[in-house]
Amino acid sequence: MKKLETHVVSIENIAKATFKLVIHVQADMLNTIKPGQFVHIKVGEGTEHMLRRPISICDISNTNETMTLIFKVFGKGTDQLAKLTEGHAIDLLIPCGNGYPMDDIEAEHVLLIGGGIGVPPLYYLGKQLIKKGIKVTSILGFQSAADVFYEDDFQTLGDVFVATNDGTYGIHGFVTDVINEQSLFGDYYFSCGPTPMLQAVETKLKDTTGYLSLEERMGCGIGACYACVVKTTDGESTKKVCQDGPVFKANEVQL
Amino acid sequence: MSLLKVELPGLALKNPIMPASGCFSFGKEYSQFYDLSKLGSIMVKAATLHKRLGNDTPRVAETKSGMLNAIGLQNPGVETIINEELPFLAGFDLPVIANVAGSTIEEYEQVATALRRSDIAAIELNISCPNVKEGGVQFGTDPEVAAEVTRRVKQAANVPVYVKLSPNVTDIVAIAKAVEQAGADGLTMINTLTGMTIDLNKRRPLLSNGVGGLSGPAIKPVAIRMIYQVYEAVNIPIIGMGGVRDAEDVLEFLLAGASAVAVGTANFENPLVCSEIIDDLPFVLNKYGFDSVTDAIGKGHIDA
Ligand SMILES: Cc1cc2nc3c(=O)[nH]c(=O)nc-3n(C[C@H](O)[C@H](O)[C@H](O)COP(=O)(O)OP(=O)(O)OC[C@H]3O[C@@H](n4cnc5c(N)ncnc54)[C@H](O)[C@@H]3O)c2cc1C
Ligand SMILES: Cc1cc2nc3c(=O)[nH]c(=O)nc-3n(C[C@H](O)[C@H](O)[C@H](O)COP(=O)(O)O)c2cc1C
Ligand code: FES
Repeated sequence: MKKLETHVVSIENIAKATFKLVIHVQADMLNTIKPGQFVHIKVGEGTEHMLRRPISICDISNTNETMTLIFKVFGKGTDQLAKLTEGHAIDLLIPCGNGYPMDDIEAEHVLLIGGGIGVPPLYYLGKQLIKKGIKVTSILGFQSAADVFYEDDFQTLGDVFVATNDGTYGIHGFVTDVINEQSLFGDYYFSCGPTPMLQAVETKLKDTTGYLSLEERMGCGIGACYACVVKTTDGESTKKVCQDGPVFKANEVQL
Repeated sequence: MSLLKVELPGLALKNPIMPASGCFSFGKEYSQFYDLSKLGSIMVKAATLHKRLGNDTPRVAETKSGMLNAIGLQNPGVETIINEELPFLAGFDLPVIANVAGSTIEEYEQVATALRRSDIAAIELNISCPNVKEGGVQFGTDPEVAAEVTRRVKQAANVPVYVKLSPNVTDIVAIAKAVEQAGADGLTMINTLTGMTIDLNKRRPLLSNGVGGLSGPAIKPVAIRMIYQVYEAVNIPIIGMGGVRDAEDVLEFLLAGASAVAVGTANFENPLVCSEIIDDLPFVLNKYGFDSVTDAIGKGHIDA
């Protein structure tokens, strides 16, 4: 892991309060990045924001030497990140966390199940999976039509089903409703999104091998402060989301 | 660089900079960023007798120029720390300061006794953790109780004992004097200030623990004031902390009366902060007309 001082290549508003941020990162660093890892971003200069913000890596491009992040404006920190402009300096810890276990996947067909700002990390994951010859089906859930992003990009990976909570776009309902209605089945699933969604997915797909990416408030982002812990299923110990995660095997930790 | 050297009980420091307890774990994670041998020392995470799982999450919240934490002294227990965490630090050229916590005076004694079997250079006696239901800060707010814990841990320990003072008291000088009389070899100050933040959407305190400890630049003036007052009242050295993020902050702590300075929260903002401060300190000392670190200690006092 490194502290990287780099710059913004571009920033674009791609959906309601949702920004696509492209950052310059050198190829040798990009080569170390695994799907599901995140970066820990310094917000602004000076002392107002002492804590960095964790954002998942959505995509990388070796030819352009860039990394793409997609984030939603949630509070003061992400609001400030949305005001970044082309060429602006940005300071990251990269790469953070463990990522999805790419090497030991033995699957023919994988379901990618994302909700809201949990969608971005699944994109780079999907790209890597199809490179390995694995079929990918994506199920993406959003609040409403205005929130939907990256549908076309996911379409390049395989079948895509979009659901909105209010029915203003795609299938009306939650990602688990889509799985029911379409009788979708894979021999593996990977999921990232809000905790209630992860709980529903874990229950619905209890007989399928799955991996979930979790969110927790962070301090250091590197495993040193014990801010971001989750209890293991037996309740006897804890794991750190920033270091042991953010990706955990389904049922490994308490959601 | 001899201008940065400081000699304190049990601690021959090549420079006065060290990470603060709880903000640097046992060093492994930050060793990815720079060679830990560069540090003056390291204050490792609190140890209790048995493993503790800590509080529920959320455990941290950002506040303006600072943060609140309620980790709740999560640690694997002193035996595991001695067997599995401290050996990693033996590979570096730096004296280790162990942070000792407990719920009862006996637990403090037992942890200090267990640490006799390790290679630590000093103990930081944490009687000031605001984030646990029992123990911690209750030992740090009453001068007599603070003195009693200090006495007992001094007897149990085979290394110098630095007592970590809580700022959550009306008269910090009274506590400082009491632990000095009880045999403390030094003081470390300040621990976090008790605070709270409320989530506007949920209309509830944001941290699961309700209250948490405030740290970061927001608390620096409080730390400076308290160190200034305590320096005038005691004859044992002070390791200062609270909101340090650059070498000028360090000089301010030295002027207030600290002999060495620890950096906590700023490591989260910048994992290289301690290393950068060590590089900058000679220039800052020079800029403000000091020949060495020891030359600056206490020089901010009116009669200095
Ligand atoms: C591993 C990981 C990956 C993430 N990936 C993405 C992503 O790709 N795109 C995206 O839009 N969001 C992502 N998030 C969520 C994102 O980190 C938060 O939305 C963001 O930190 C909110 O900051 P703020 O300053 O806007 O909000 P504020 O409420 O002002 O933030 C205050 C503090 O709370 C923390 N915080 C608040 N909400 C969250 C949250 N949901 N998770 C973690 N910390 C939080 C902030 O980091 C900050 O320390 C991810 C979170 C984690 C843990
Ligand atoms: C996340 C976190 C965990 C901490 N854990 C401990 C601890 O285990 N023992 C202790 O004595 N102090 C602990 N502290 C207090 C710090 O060591 C330090 O006294 C305080 O944060 C002030 O310094 P700062 O403003 O540089 O962070 C902790 C602080 C933070 C932010
Ligand atoms: S954020 Fe510090 S341990 Fe995970």
